[in-house]
Amino acid sequence: MRKLALSDDILLSVEKPARYIGNEVNAVYKNPREVDTRICFAFPDVYEVGMSHLGLQILYSMFNEFEDTWCERVFSPWTDLDQIMREQHIPLFALESQDPVKNFDFLCVTIQYEMCYTNILQVLDLSQIPLLACERTDWAYPIVIGGGPCTYNPEPIAEFFDMFYIGEGETQYRRLLDLYKESRRNGDSRVEFLYKAAQIPGMYVPMFYDVAYKEDGTILSMTPNRPGVPAKVLKEVEMNISDTYYPEKPVVPYMKVVQDRVVLEIMRGCIRGCRFCQAGQLYRPVRERSLDWNKKYAVAMLKNTGQEEITLSSLSSSDYSKLPELIDFLIEECNRRHVNISLPSLRIDSFSLDVMQKVQDIRKSSLTFAPEAGSQRLRDVINKGLTEEDILNGAAEAFKGGWTKVKLYFMLGLPTETEEDILGIADLANKVAATFYDTVPKEERVNGRVQVTASTSFFVPKPFTAFQWAPQCTKEQFIEKAYTTRKAIASQLNQKSIKYNWHEADMSVLEGVLARGDRRLSEVLLKVYQKGCIYDAWSEYFHNDIWMETFAECGIDPDFYTTRERPLDEIFPWDFLDCGVSREYLKREWEKARAGTVSPNCRARCQGCGAARFGGGVCFEKSGANVSENSGFGEDNSKLSGEAGLENGGAL
Amino acid sequence: MKLRIKFRKYGVLKFIGHLDVMRFFQKALRRADIDVAYTTGFSPHQIMSFAAPLGIGLESNGEYVDIEVNTPIASQEFIDRFNACSAEGIEVTDVRLLPEKTANAMASVVAAEYRVRFREGRSPQGDWQNAFASFMEQEEILFEKSSKKNTTVVDLKKGILDWRPEEDCLWCILSTGSVLNIRPDTLMESFWAYLGQEMPKNALLITREEIYGENLTPLAEFGSWIDSDENNIDGLRDNC
Repeated sequence: MRKLALSDDILLSVEKPARYIGNEVNAVYKNPREVDTRICFAFPDVYEVGMSHLGLQILYSMFNEFEDTWCERVFSPWTDLDQIMREQHIPLFALESQDPVKNFDFLCVTIQYEMCYTNILQVLDLSQIPLLACERTDWAYPIVIGGGPCTYNPEPIAEFFDMFYIGEGETQYRRLLDLYKESRRNGDSRVEFLYKAAQIPGMYVPMFYDVAYKEDGTILSMTPNRPGVPAKVLKEVEMNISDTYYPEKPVVPYMKVVQDRVVLEIMRGCIRGCRFCQAGQLYRPVRERSLDWNKKYAVAMLKNTGQEEITLSSLSSSDYSKLPELIDFLIEECNRRHVNISLPSLRIDSFSLDVMQKVQDIRKSSLTFAPEAGSQRLRDVINKGLTEEDILNGAAEAFKGGWTKVKLYFMLGLPTETEEDILGIADLANKVAATFYDTVPKEERVNGRVQVTASTSFFVPKPFTAFQWAPQCTKEQFIEKAYTTRKAIASQLNQKSIKYNWHEADMSVLEGVLARGDRRLSEVLLKVYQKGCIYDAWSEYFHNDIWMETFAECGIDPDFYTTRERPLDEIFPWDFLDCGVSREYLKREWEKARAGTVSPNCRARCQGCGAARFGGGVCFEKSGANVSENSGFGEDNSKLSGEAGLENGGAL
Repeated sequence: MKLRIKFRKYGVLKFIGHLDVMRFFQKALRRADIDVAYTTGFSPHQIMSFAAPLGIGLESNGEYVDIEVNTPIASQEFIDRFNACSAEGIEVTDVRLLPEKTANAMASVVAAEYRVRFREGRSPQGDWQNAFASFMEQEEILFEKSSKKNTTVVDLKKGILDWRPEEDCLWCILSTGSVLNIRPDTLMESFWAYLGQEMPKNALLITREEIYGENLTPLAEFGSWIDSDENNIDGLRDNC
């Protein structure tokens, strides 16, 4: 029988003990004596959130395919168990073996959102691993390695990590693990290993870089302090997207988790180029998985998990070129198995409505549009190629088909936003409601009324987007904007059919600080954690006052990171990373944004972003020969030559 | 055709709740490729009825769930296929064909059999076996049951259908279901109070051994074992 790290007394006293027992279907168990390397993969949030993350499932299955490696999982203990573990000095354990995390070779932390940073410290601390990398000098502790979208600006958390893996995990982990085995056999010190690791493509080892600041607080330079350490770290990309690691047997939780379904990642990246969207830049170039690959994995995963729902995952599924064929296949396969199909991120048009009518219960489902901004002018600024006509036509079609619920997503505080743009949100919501009453005759209205839900989040500029230079709004401006929106919606003719939700302003401000912050924020993070902050992403546990008080104590002005408009030539904390798209391209996009000029998508006309250097994906699709001379940006295309030159690039 | 499935729940899976067990069965049946019947309508779901929810922390050797299938399957094949894709901690031990008119598992429950052990150092003080005998000699054993709305007094004695102290545990059969429902922890709490002692926290290790229908017949015995004989399976096709 499997052993447990926690006593029955503890497990019976905490909420949802199933979070801590492992033993799920498809969880991997190996004999620790038969493997060389033990990895603990951490998602620094509660089990139900972490187990919903696709990246975890991909890397978990990849590592466990390696015969010499056993990868296990750990999540943030919920606050009730957190307290017990501290009181009783119980070391944090991995779910499978229930062994203490501190005894592993690697602790791989996936970092998906800024607000989880204090939970990273919680995981380290409960594991009884020193929080600062500089205090982990010998082999007494695992190598702590970070990955995921937030590592595209790892600087606020740089002091806590031995290293970061920049980019997609499928490509270099094997090499890193081989190096580790060799280093341990040779009796290398921890620092020697890290030094060698820093020379593997995609690896960033913070201790080998020195940062100097200007008097105004901005960065003067960031330079390697050892020969052979690359000045620029280029992200890793899996170009063989239809011939790489993917879980045929995803782990099946007992508990109801957030994403309780099979996830089929049909492609990676997005051709659209919305200027606020970080993922749209980080995952370039767009790579589609073959139809055969998608079919094979859909069937295998459904069979091996018994899940009753499958969802297609991508940033914009409508742009997958074989979508109709894939959906036909899935409808047949899923009907036979009594499996539901969920189709998020589809553009609403007659094709998608037709598909959704086939696969969903339209009485229950709602239709989602993400115009992101209330006016056409502002939508052009952010390069969101969705017009009012698209939305109203889509809504009319949907209402005719029987839908009565529509969700509209917007952002407040986008660059150049005026009051008129905000009023446009209310106007658009009203027009959607009016479309229902114009389209559906009174006697056919199922619930009598349409339900339009307008939600706004506050815009947070992110690294490696066209808006990385943009000032973020203050908390007061955010609140004022939400108030204006609410008032405008309340004054609409159809206001009774419109519900308005808005996001918390405090959290968005803090997210902005951390997103574009630098190494000096490590001190703040450490202090707020020591004052008891964890689960900041959960509003009931978020203590803005503690954060603000700690910024003051550390002599750090949060506005420096948020509300300041950055000059075009400023060196950013993340500029030592190369995410595949060039700074020149982002600069052009920033200028076009301010001029209100749109950029066509990758398939319509190449914008010369620089991702073509990876030699594949959408940039080289036969039909359009998308990397074209007529893009007019030859300078980026000239970087097509391989990565060797980039690795050894000069200092910033 | 209606099948009654008997299963064990043990080990670390004693920490998953009843809803988790339901979800587990839905998925495991699909993994095992059992041809389960679904309800019709807008959101079809598997036709499934669990006998009695088992609380978190309890183990069981006698849990039941009824399902309907569209393709006949032999008992042993069902057991093998299901267990091959189950997890350590849930094991199907018996599968029976139910006559068409049999009431579903939940409606059939009358009583459940338990073994109640004590965690180390948490058994009642003194000779509890003898004390339990005198506890049972009382004319009535009143227990105050409080819910959110009100407090009612029940006579536990009416619900203790059989009992005997064993060397390291108490064996008992308790009324279960909608008419009278006595939980083993309620019984033990009352016993501790009778002793004038306070029941230590998490003192009990409870295993449900069996669930009974009318005339104290184990639920499995309402159905018949399905032989893997081909003629037998073929003959069952009409029932589907």
